[in-house]
Formats: sequence, structure tokens, C-alpha cells
Amino acid sequence: MFDQISDKLEGVFKKLRGQGKLTEANIDEALREVRRALLEADVNYKVARDFIKRVKERALGQDVLKSITPGQQVVKVVHDEMVVLLGGEQAPLDLTGSPPLVVMMIGLQGAGKTTTAGKLALQLKEKGRTPLLVAADVYRPAAIDQLEVLGESIDVGVYRAPDGTDPVEIARGGLELAKATGLDTVIIDTAGRLHVDDERMDEVARIKDAVSPREILFVADGATGQDAVTAASAFYEQLVFTGVVLTRLDSDTRGGAALSIREVTGVPIKYIGVSEKPDGLEVFHPDRLASRILGMGDIVTLVEKAQDAVDETQARQMQKKLRTASFTFDDFLEQMEQVRQMGPLDQLLDMIPGAGKALKGMQLEEDAFVSVEAIIRSMTFEERGKPQILNGSRRRRIAKGSGTTVQEVNRLIKQFTMMQKMMKRMARPGKGGKMAMPVFG
Amino acid sequence: MLGGFLDKFKAGLARTRESVVDRIREAVGGKPRLDEETLEEIEEILIQADIGVDTSMDLIERLRERYGDADHEEVEQGVFDLLARELGSMLTVPTPIASTHRPTIILVVGVNGAGKTTTVGKLAKRFSDDGKKVMIAACDTFRAAAIDQLEIWAERTGADIVRHQAGADAASVAYDAMEAAVAQGIDVVLIDTAGRLHTKVNLMEELKKIQRVVARTIEGAPHETLLVLDATTGQNAVEQARAFHRDVSLTGLVLAKLDGTAKGGVIVAVTHELDVPVRLVGLGEGEDDLQPFDPEHFIAALLGRDNI
Repeated sequence: MFDQISDKLEGVFKKLRGQGKLTEANIDEALREVRRALLEADVNYKVARDFIKRVKERALGQDVLKSITPGQQVVKVVHDEMVVLLGGEQAPLDLTGSPPLVVMMIGLQGAGKTTTAGKLALQLKEKGRTPLLVAADVYRPAAIDQLEVLGESIDVGVYRAPDGTDPVEIARGGLELAKATGLDTVIIDTAGRLHVDDERMDEVARIKDAVSPREILFVADGATGQDAVTAASAFYEQLVFTGVVLTRLDSDTRGGAALSIREVTGVPIKYIGVSEKPDGLEVFHPDRLASRILGMGDIVTLVEKAQDAVDETQARQMQKKLRTASFTFDDFLEQMEQVRQMGPLDQLLDMIPGAGKALKGMQLEEDAFVSVEAIIRSMTFEERGKPQILNGSRRRRIAKGSGTTVQEVNRLIKQFTMMQKMMKRMARPGKGGKMAMPVFG
Repeated sequence: MLGGFLDKFKAGLARTRESVVDRIREAVGGKPRLDEETLEEIEEILIQADIGVDTSMDLIERLRERYGDADHEEVEQGVFDLLARELGSMLTVPTPIASTHRPTIILVVGVNGAGKTTTVGKLAKRFSDDGKKVMIAACDTFRAAAIDQLEIWAERTGADIVRHQAGADAASVAYDAMEAAVAQGIDVVLIDTAGRLHTKVNLMEELKKIQRVVARTIEGAPHETLLVLDATTGQNAVEQARAFHRDVSLTGLVLAKLDGTAKGGVIVAVTHELDVPVRLVGLGEGEDDLQPFDPEHFIAALLGRDNI
């Protein structure tokens, strides 16, 4: 699904090999591919158009570096320009001044405001601040209860007013409580609202006026489509928010909305949401998101996923086994499980730059895993440790037991033996280098 | 420089509220054929409705073939008709959500924040109004206070609710609900599930387990498995639908939050690829803001000819 944009550009530039400069003629076709990638990643149509125009100006007349191909160079210019646009450097939350300081969460319904409010409270608390959560979403049923449960789980106080209290009064009451009890940060969770709902937009503006927040964070779903610009600019027009939080980036969304929102408002993206858990709020890395939007593969995320899935002690044991070449079918199975825990295989491959091309045409069905697992599970414990004892009759029994064919069993054993050999070679000092997670096909 | 950009978008915002039909009319401007500039303008309209690059480019190609090289009369009408016809062929006319089985089991799934719980509440209202005995199974045991949110909906609509404590096994809630529904002669059971990103393998497994438990207890159940999609979602909705369909075989889509400025055009690609029809659309937070999906109305709204 995620076409490797670099591969496509290689195709475009193949016929231009040997040309020393990026010219208007040879760059246009490449930028069409870039534009397409942006649109597929949900970057707004107009934002994509203006962005391409700027990249073209930047790239024109550049000398093609010897070390890379013109395609790679265009991608580099695009990538660099995007990093700049996404906000080259980190923009921390501004919490200077005399306490209590107010942070207000705003956005459309279902963007993730309440969850983000909880995450932010936890993070500030861990940094030594004393946050208070204020439950000002009086519209969604049980939204206030949700914040209360969240507050309890992270041990942060939640201010709630009697039913029927106006949200503006709730916000004011929260601030008063913080003042009275000496808490230094007030996080106000407002109700989700549509930017075309004048009444509600007016209400949130009144909350702002009542509590003069230091930071207003616009929370947006990372999978938002073309409409991101409309919602963001309407909210910005009304409230002049100071930061953006992009949520649910732990899925496979490309997150082009980030570029759109940043471009139309100029407001920095301060955090991204990467998990449902209270600690799943991270600072924003423009370079990683740029790679992601371009579908260039996100090797950093892949490494992080691997770290999540692989227990470190397990990994060390595995390395030892590799070194002593005592790797068995059981270990094979265990490693396979770990790879599977990282997510669907084709998504993992998309994160590896170039893998899409290298493995094109190969059957990478999850089903393949299933039959391999069945075969190994049909072996006796002795067989799993000593594959050399697997004679013809044992192989026939295994095939029967696993519902596969003898050919499939043979293939797996062959692959396994080859892997063992390879590992022995790599385990020898000075010849292979570190290898924590061998890739098997 | 940024200020200038913002102004442009403010104008853009006003324009989305304006009818798209005017924009196309303006672009075509009574010309006897479509030049490249006009085609680009139409492409912009289609892509901004989240229809997707491939589908949009296909449609533009059709328009170019038909109206690009020779003079025609009434090009505007022709453009609309061609777009409506092509888009219409990609959408299926849905059957209504019926409650013919007793009990009818409806499983509601989707990513976080799509609008599942609200959809369940509105469905409860709809069936209750029809005089059906409705039960809600609170299988979102993960999100804080999700159960309380459903309790309020149950109270509002007079539906029964089966709930466990927070953190309980979702499949066991579903099981209890099935038993209770049979024992109490319930007509419709609505199963609300936790929001889950389609890329989380273990959470998708949990969903499969709920579906298995339901299927084991009541023959032919779940009778409907509905995926709720947020209308503001872009091309990732295709990935979402693909994953949920692979794991729990969807029988329909619910397009929620269509009362904003987002057009929800991505469902054209979703229905076309997966052959799963949109069954319902959500148009607000009110109890009655859930309506059957009408492809003709949807396309008319997409092209700005009419408001739903």
C-alpha cells in the first residue's frame, strides 16, 4: 500500500542519469510523484500545491551530489523542507510565570482531549509540578466521570462542579480552587465541538476570556483528512491556540494533517499521542513525521516497536544461543512470536526503507507463519532440539500432524539448517558483527 | 506571510459552506469544453472531499476523455451527471438495519473516538421507539467511564444494560448479555466495544473472541457487525476498514460526525474496495441524529447540490 516514494523517483530519474543539475524538466515529473504521496498522506490539496512550489524553487539549479542519485536528492530536499515546515526545533510547553497557569484543551469530538489532558497532567506531575484537572465537558455523557477516573489512576486532583453548572463557571471555579490550594497548573478539559457550531465556539471563547490560559492546545486526530485545515483554521481564528497535539499516531496513519494544520496556523506541534496508556504522550519529532508522511519508511519507529516486543533478557539469552549455535526450533518459534507481536508483517516491511521493493512478489501472508508454527508444534521436544534426527518417517508424521505436506516440512527444515549455519558463521568473532534479530523468510 | 495564508483559508472556509456546485459552475464558466485549469479545479474539489487520489484521478480522466477535446453543449450538467453516475456506481444501496431475528445481535466496532458509544445510544433510541425490547452490552471495559456513558444512554432510552466492572473480560460481558437476552426475551442486543486501533494485534484478537463467543451462544450471531468511521478521517479509513473487515467480517459502515464540514468522501473508496455498504450516517449528538444512508443524497452533498 505504501509505495516507496524513493523507488518511484528512482524510476523517474533513471533516464536522466548522468545529468549534472536538477532542471525544471527533470524535476517536474519527480515532484508529481511527491505531490501524489502528500495527497495520499492526507496533506491538504492547497498545502501540498504550495509546498511543491517551494520545493521546486529550492531544488532548481542544485548540483547533483556525486554520492547520491537525483531521485534521492529530490527526496532529501523535500524531506528537509518538510522538517523545516513542521517546525525544525522542539517547542516546549511555556509554563513560565506566576502560578497557577492554565492549559486549555480544545478540539473536535473524539479527537482525544480527555485522554491527552490526563497524560499531560501525569507528565507535568512527574516534572514536579502540581496539576489540577478541570472537567468542563458537560455535554458528552459521563465525560466528567471519565476525567475523574483518569485523575484517580494518576493521582491528580479533578475539579468537578455540580450538574448544570455553566462550563465557563466550571473553568473559573477550577482556577479559584488551584489558587486557594496552591496548585501551580490548571488543565481544563473542554467539550468536543464542531467549528461550525457558533454557540459552542462562542462558549469556548468565553472560557478562554474567563481564565486567560497560558497555553491552548488544539487536539487533533492524526488520521484527519482534508478537512483538518478547515477545522484548525476555524479554531485558530476564534481562539489563537498556542500548540497542537496530534493523537493516535501509534496506528498506520501517515499523519499528513500535521503538515496542513501547521501550514495554515503556523502553530507548532508540541506533542503526539502514541498509546492509550497514561504515559503515551511524547514530544514531537519533525524528522520522523516527515519520513512517515512521505512513506519513506520509519526505521526509528520500527526499532522502537522491536524494543517494545522483545524482552531484553530474552534477547540476551537469544544472542548467547546464537553464539554457541544451540539455536533450536523452540527458539525459532519464540522469535517468530516476537516478530508477530510487533504488528502485521506488511506494515513492518513498510517501515524498512527499500524493503517494499526487495520483497516484491513474495508471499508474506500471516498464514505462512501459521503453518510454520503448526509444523514446529507437531515435533517432539527432542526433534525441536536436534533437527538432524528428523528422518523420512518422522517428517511424514509431522506433516500429518500439522496438516501440511512433507514438502513444506522439508522446506522449513532446510531453511532452519541454513539459518543455523549462517548463525555459526556470524557468531565467529570478527566476521559478522552484532545480530540481535535475524530475519528469516 | 503566514497571515496571508490564513486569510486564504478563511476564504476557503466560507467557500466550503458555499455550494460546491457553484464552484464547479464557476470553474466551467459556460465554456464548451474542459481545459486543464478547469479539470485541475475539479480535481481539487474531489480530493478535498477525501475521495482519494486514485479515484479522483480516474474521474478526471473520464471527464477529460468526454469533454476535453471537442465542444459540447451544457458541459456543467454533463460534468455533474458523469461524476454522480461514476460515484454512484461505487456505492451500494444499503438494506436497512432490521431486527428480524430474536434476539438480533448487533456488534459495533471502530477505532478510538470514532463515535461508537454515541452510535449505540442512538440505535437504542431508534429500536426502543419502534417498540422493541433493547439491551446494551457494555463491552468497553477499558476506557475510563465508558460504562457510565452507556448507563446514561440506557436510562434515556429505557434499554436494559449488561455490565461488569471496569477492566473485566469483554467477551464474558458479551456472553452474559447473550444469556440474559435469551432469558428475558430481548429483541435487539447492541454490543458496544472498546475503541481499538486496527494495527493493535492483541486488541483485534479480543474483538474476534467477542465475536466467537456471540456466535457460539446464538446461532447466526452477530447478525450485524458495524464499523463506525469518523467522517473527518482521511485515507487511513481505508486501512481501518480493511483490517476490521479481515478480522470480523463487517456487514456495514456507520459514517459518524457528518454534520461538520468534512464530506466523508473516503467511504467511496472503502465501499468500492470491500463491498461493504454504508448503512447509517450520524449527524449530531442528539438522540435522533442517526439516519439511514442514502447514496443519492450523499453524492448530492458531496458535489454540493443539496444538503442532507
